[in-house]
Amino acid sequence: MKNILKTSVALVSILIGFTSCNNSGKSNGGSGALASNVAEKVYVPPGEYDSHYAFMSGGYSGNLTVYGLPSGRMFKEIPVFSQFPTNGYGYTEETTPMLETSYGFVPWDDSHHPDISQTDGVLDGRWIFINGNNTPRIARISLTNFETEEIIEVPNSAGNHSSSYITENTEYVVAGTRFSVPVPQRDMPIKDYKGNFKGALTFISVDPEEGHMDIKFQILMPGFNYDLSHPGRGKSHGWFFFTTYNTEEANSLLEVNASQNDKDFIAAINWKKIEEYVNNGGGTMMPANYAHNLYDEDTHMATSTMKKEVRVVNPSEVPGAIYLLPTPKSPHGVDVDPSGEYIVGNGKLSANLTVHSFTKMIDAIENKEFDGDAYGIPIIKFEDVLAGSVEQAGLGPLHTEFDGKGNGYTTFFISSEVVKWKLGTWEVLDRKPTYYSVGHLTIPGGNSREPFGKYMFAMNKITKDRYLPVGPEMEHSAQLYDISGDKMELLLDFPTHGEPHYAAAIPAEIIMNNVKKIYRLDENEHPRKATNESETKVVREGKNVHIYMTTIRSHFSPDNIEGVKVGDKVFFHVTNLEQDFDVPHGFAVIGANTAELLVMPGQTRTLTWEPKQVGVWPFYCTDFCSALHQEMQGYVRVSPADSNLDLSWSLGE
Amino acid sequence: MKTLLKLFTVLSITVLLSCGGKEDKKKDSSSESNSPKTEKATQTPAAKTETAAKTQEVKPSKRVDLTTKGVGPIKSVTLASTIDQDMAAKGAEVFKNMCTACHRTDKKFIGPAPTGILERRTPEWVMNMILNPEGMVKEDPLARELLIEFNGSPMANQNLTEAEARSVLEYFRTL
Repeated sequence: MKNILKTSVALVSILIGFTSCNNSGKSNGGSGALASNVAEKVYVPPGEYDSHYAFMSGGYSGNLTVYGLPSGRMFKEIPVFSQFPTNGYGYTEETTPMLETSYGFVPWDDSHHPDISQTDGVLDGRWIFINGNNTPRIARISLTNFETEEIIEVPNSAGNHSSSYITENTEYVVAGTRFSVPVPQRDMPIKDYKGNFKGALTFISVDPEEGHMDIKFQILMPGFNYDLSHPGRGKSHGWFFFTTYNTEEANSLLEVNASQNDKDFIAAINWKKIEEYVNNGGGTMMPANYAHNLYDEDTHMATSTMKKEVRVVNPSEVPGAIYLLPTPKSPHGVDVDPSGEYIVGNGKLSANLTVHSFTKMIDAIENKEFDGDAYGIPIIKFEDVLAGSVEQAGLGPLHTEFDGKGNGYTTFFISSEVVKWKLGTWEVLDRKPTYYSVGHLTIPGGNSREPFGKYMFAMNKITKDRYLPVGPEMEHSAQLYDISGDKMELLLDFPTHGEPHYAAAIPAEIIMNNVKKIYRLDENEHPRKATNESETKVVREGKNVHIYMTTIRSHFSPDNIEGVKVGDKVFFHVTNLEQDFDVPHGFAVIGANTAELLVMPGQTRTLTWEPKQVGVWPFYCTDFCSALHQEMQGYVRVSPADSNLDLSWSLGE
Repeated sequence: MKTLLKLFTVLSITVLLSCGGKEDKKKDSSSESNSPKTEKATQTPAAKTETAAKTQEVKPSKRVDLTTKGVGPIKSVTLASTIDQDMAAKGAEVFKNMCTACHRTDKKFIGPAPTGILERRTPEWVMNMILNPEGMVKEDPLARELLIEFNGSPMANQNLTEAEARSVLEYFRTL
């Protein structure tokens, strides 16, 4: 017993020793003249702007958050796949269609990989796309109004994870399935997975003017798991690369059974070849059911349309379009360097980083040097496609970005670090710890042809002791590094919202001058707008009562409404008459079973209210709008269901 | 016990004193301006009361100031002797869409009625008030007084173009 005690005391002291070492290490790195120097690098004085926008996926928040770099200040949360009571997104009549799917109304998702639209391989800052992982969807968010404008569901897909990456001219946003499933879905034994399930890789075309999305084709691949993807660029433009795991096609205990093969594959897809095949009538139209939800900025309303078929292509139909590149071991991220030559497979169960050569791949294809096939898809010999390996770089490589100066930066999840290495020589140049367990990293433009390589930030899965404790549940942490010198320098920790997986970042000047400040009243085409107070009215249509209401600092018009009855469904169509930047008005009514409205200048939003009790019920403005904000209120009189009281409404009478 | 009581008393007094701090300061500053420190200081309160009396007599909305041009993009406006009816009609439309939420032509509503405004204000002042309400409230003394008269309700910047504001001004001439 005594011995045990002694041992534990010894153990505890060792542990304490370790912790204090860590602590002192930390404080050494962050004190004195050096620290103030670092502070200057992230300090943005009051009233001044950050140099970059960063858009972080929200993970299980389903949304997208907007940050400034280098300050790490959060500017906004943009609701995408999740209801957002803060402004009524997903609750209002105008926005609920955005969340319609073939499964009905789905008010949540798991958002993962934002990617900014590109022209000639360079970020153009028009739109940002992001995938919903759980109920497969792709969203397009406008970077002029920072609102979700479009969501398209992806049929035949499950766990929409190898998404949503953009080709060099935003020709396509690409969505790959993580889980293979029966295609079409049907009742069958799970154990018959192998050889029967399919993995759908979906190419969604993007209209160059409006950004509207449409599924051009789906490739029905063998039943592997498709983990991540990236487009080729420059010389490899026209190709798309997907990592796979579970090439064993296990259907249970994947933790063990999907890690049997020494190598899995990177699937290289010549999408231009398949596009040509499809343009010539190739592929098969297959019955399907998926939602296409589109928001119209003029009517301020979204509509949801169910699409009933999708074009599918089997790999065997287009010989020479798809190849498999063996890659050790269960590669997670696949990243293509700015020149398009190097394809980095981040084998997450490996210590080495495998880099393939696009030129060697093309040579091997031309020389037909294959190492057998999988379901008819040629496998290129590992040695024939390998450009080099970054040896013993760390444990558990996940993702790589590039600085445009010939260097790659790779995250290592297990060893909690970012490693900088040189393209071509594969030598490790620098490594810096992350706190803790880093997932993705982002360099502004770091997955495009022209990275803006001043900053890099790492998004960490574990926060632990980095901030004041706030109970068992914590926000994740991001860490900003200066990568302008030879060595990376840790500048800043900042908390993030939800779980940021990937993020996209861009110099502010590409976006900031195009950002909308108001919606023009004379462009408002909402069917139930009231763009001046003479257009306000209350109309009964059976049990539905439509209130055409306006707001301006600081009153509602009308603000006294009578003649509503128990059992009615009341629609408050609120138009904000303000035409000045940053003058929203809010609208909330007692007992509403939905949320509030936050109405931007010139916009119309509709709150639905079903009064259940007789009485006189107040509504008010929720957004402090002027010194008279507290006066911005009104009443609705609710009479019994059998009342004969006519509708009436007024303001100031 | 006694010492405790004493302590308590001292403490309470300290609290009271520190609570009163703010008011004292205010008093100080007001007494300062009242105290005949300099000649200027003696004059100021007199001038102040005069203005106050004036304000009581004539509300800012009724006051006539045909010289001040206000603060904003409009430096000079020339009004033709006859009203441009087309422009006025356009102005009426703009007024209806952008201004009637707070202004009625015939009566005080949230803000003042524009009828007869050019008998009290310069055309430049009117247009600057339309185009630059935030700047006017900050820098034009009369605009600031008007904000107080109208209950602190701010004049909204409805983002009119200069041409639209000019047409509204023309419409005001018809009222």
